[in-house]
Amino acid sequence: MAAAEAGLMGVLIPSEYGGAGLDALAFAICIEELAQACASTSVIVDVHTSVGSEPILLFGTENQKRNWLPRLASGELLGAFALTEPASGSDAASLKTSARRHGGGYLINGTKVFITNVGHAGLYIVFARTGEEKAAGVSAFVVPSESPGLRVGQVFKKMGLNGSPTGELVLEDVEVPAENRLGAEGQGFAIAMRALDSGRIGISGQALGIAQAAVDESRALLKERSREQGDDFLLADMATRLESARLLAYHAAWLCGLGRPFTRQASMAKLHCTDTAMQLAIDAMQLAGEEGAISGATFERHLRDAKALQIYEGSNQVQRIVIAREILR
Amino acid sequence: MRGNRLGSLSDQPFVMPGHGLISIAMDFEFTQEQIAIRDTIRELVQDRVAPRAAEIDEKAEYPKDIEELFAENGILGIPFPEQYGGISGSSVTICMGIEEIAKACATSSLILAVQALGSYPILVAGSEEQKKRLCPPLASGEKVAAYALSETGSGSDAAAMKSVAKRYGKEYVLNGSKQFITGGSVAGTLVVFAQTDPAADHRGISAFVLEREASPWKAPKLEHKLGIRGSPTAELVFEDVKVPVANRLGEEGAGFKIALAVLDRSRPGIGAQALGIAEGAFDYALNYVKERHQFGQPISSFQGIQFMLADIATQIEAARHLVYRAATKVDSKAADLTKIAAMAKLFASDMAMKVTTDCVQLLGGYGYISDYPVERMMRDAKITQIYEGTNQIQRVVIARALTR
Repeated sequence: MAAAEAGLMGVLIPSEYGGAGLDALAFAICIEELAQACASTSVIVDVHTSVGSEPILLFGTENQKRNWLPRLASGELLGAFALTEPASGSDAASLKTSARRHGGGYLINGTKVFITNVGHAGLYIVFARTGEEKAAGVSAFVVPSESPGLRVGQVFKKMGLNGSPTGELVLEDVEVPAENRLGAEGQGFAIAMRALDSGRIGISGQALGIAQAAVDESRALLKERSREQGDDFLLADMATRLESARLLAYHAAWLCGLGRPFTRQASMAKLHCTDTAMQLAIDAMQLAGEEGAISGATFERHLRDAKALQIYEGSNQVQRIVIAREILR
Repeated sequence: MRGNRLGSLSDQPFVMPGHGLISIAMDFEFTQEQIAIRDTIRELVQDRVAPRAAEIDEKAEYPKDIEELFAENGILGIPFPEQYGGISGSSVTICMGIEEIAKACATSSLILAVQALGSYPILVAGSEEQKKRLCPPLASGEKVAAYALSETGSGSDAAAMKSVAKRYGKEYVLNGSKQFITGGSVAGTLVVFAQTDPAADHRGISAFVLEREASPWKAPKLEHKLGIRGSPTAELVFEDVKVPVANRLGEEGAGFKIALAVLDRSRPGIGAQALGIAEGAFDYALNYVKERHQFGQPISSFQGIQFMLADIATQIEAARHLVYRAATKVDSKAADLTKIAAMAKLFASDMAMKVTTDCVQLLGGYGYISDYPVERMMRDAKITQIYEGTNQIQRVVIARALTR
């Protein structure tokens, strides 16, 4: 609610649809600021803003934009992104959820998993197969949460990001009108990949926020107690690595905002920022010692929160595949 | 190939792209003028420097021909603003030049880097008269500069120096020796730091500009080194060397401050050198893994190799941003330039050591032999972790800024 009142739910949505109309760099900075205080909150807003809303902005018709964007921008509707399935993670093109032609629309069947904002979202961008068993057979749909046949399955207990719900989304004979399809039939995979490119900027912002919090808290701790040069050196390395990560993320966001290609830069940013967040969370806890390991200490929370970032929105192994593909081209 | 190729570029339009609400504060783009300078250097380096790099390393001889090439083409004038006969004076442009040269030959990149290092004291602390008098022969490339701070017993602890300058009327008489002075044997202009009040510790250090004709010094010994072998690293000896008072930079006792301010400004250049070395090695290794076939396929098709490539490219990209961020801060005289410059030097040089080591690995046995350039690049990378403040000193600087 507080995020909605602050206008944070519509950062990327143009003002004509009720948003702030800011660019990807502004978005990254917003997520970074949120994550500095609370990584769970930041992932809710991040998923809503990037993969949960932006596909409509980028690929929607004028009618679809008018229908959904104002409510997403105001925070009335929370967005979510339903791509992953139990047997289709990094290999997203192999997804099994089906969308069969039915009357004037589609009938969607399948189970999605690891869906952020599940149960709280007002709409899900659902990816389902309308054609052949390849990437070219995937289509994207806007599915409102109140659609009959759509239900939330198991909501997972997790290591971190505990304020952000993650779970299964089950779709049983869910009727979706044709006007809710985003883009053309078969365009879904391309939509998902483009959404994830921007999503990676958001995740980079999240990683920066956690990492900044780790540095700030370490710094405060070291200033209060007697310290050795080894502690200072660790802090210097942490701050240096964070600075390099921040510049990679801002550069990717800056390119995105200018409408230039940014796939490689977004993957580099996601890889380096999230590995940095994890390492800095570990380092900060090392500096804090036993005190940092006590449950409820911010140090141990950062460590638990940061781990998810190396995995979701394309594991860091997938980022390396993307980067290698781009540079070997 | 003759004539001043950079001199004609300085009139080109200056383009500052800005976009979006917050993006205005971020600028990741070079100006058209800077890009033109970079492209000119890139071409010149590929034509004239790259073919010499292996030989320069093997013979460990100062490449006077490359110095002359740089002088003729205005490259040695990059560190100086136009009013002092140069073509830029911008740290960003200096870094771009160093990076381009270092991609092919780290030794040659030091000719520009040390021109900047040896001139910064004059540009940072010199009077208008001193700048007007001392800079033009450097900017034209007629002379090269060097910077003499370290001594045998005074490395990271610069304040412990023993060289002494005593004033007699309108001149000082300088005695002492300096150690590890890059380009000290070939320089025409040398900035030397010496005690004018030994009892006052670092507050007794002053900075002097020595011009070789008027204040000759000796360079009795050059070091044999692991890398940057064509760059002369000299021991310098000063025996009753007379220096006019007019060649003292700043007040007596201001030398230590000047030395640190200069290092703040030159560190992004070492970052740029490290960046260039890493990029040169990676360019070579990337082409190699695409061509090299094992098990019936290019080794670039193996995921283990691909992940190394992705990590290397990401580390280079991260270092590049830090280096140019730091250079931008030097140019804008930002309040936190000391911290960011130290970060750029630390991160880029550690990156270059790691990346060049990995590039040797990517070439396997071929990487280890001198017929291929990556082993030279790995040897060249090591010094970037050591000079202009060891990376341990960089961490001290960064930590001090953080815990202030």
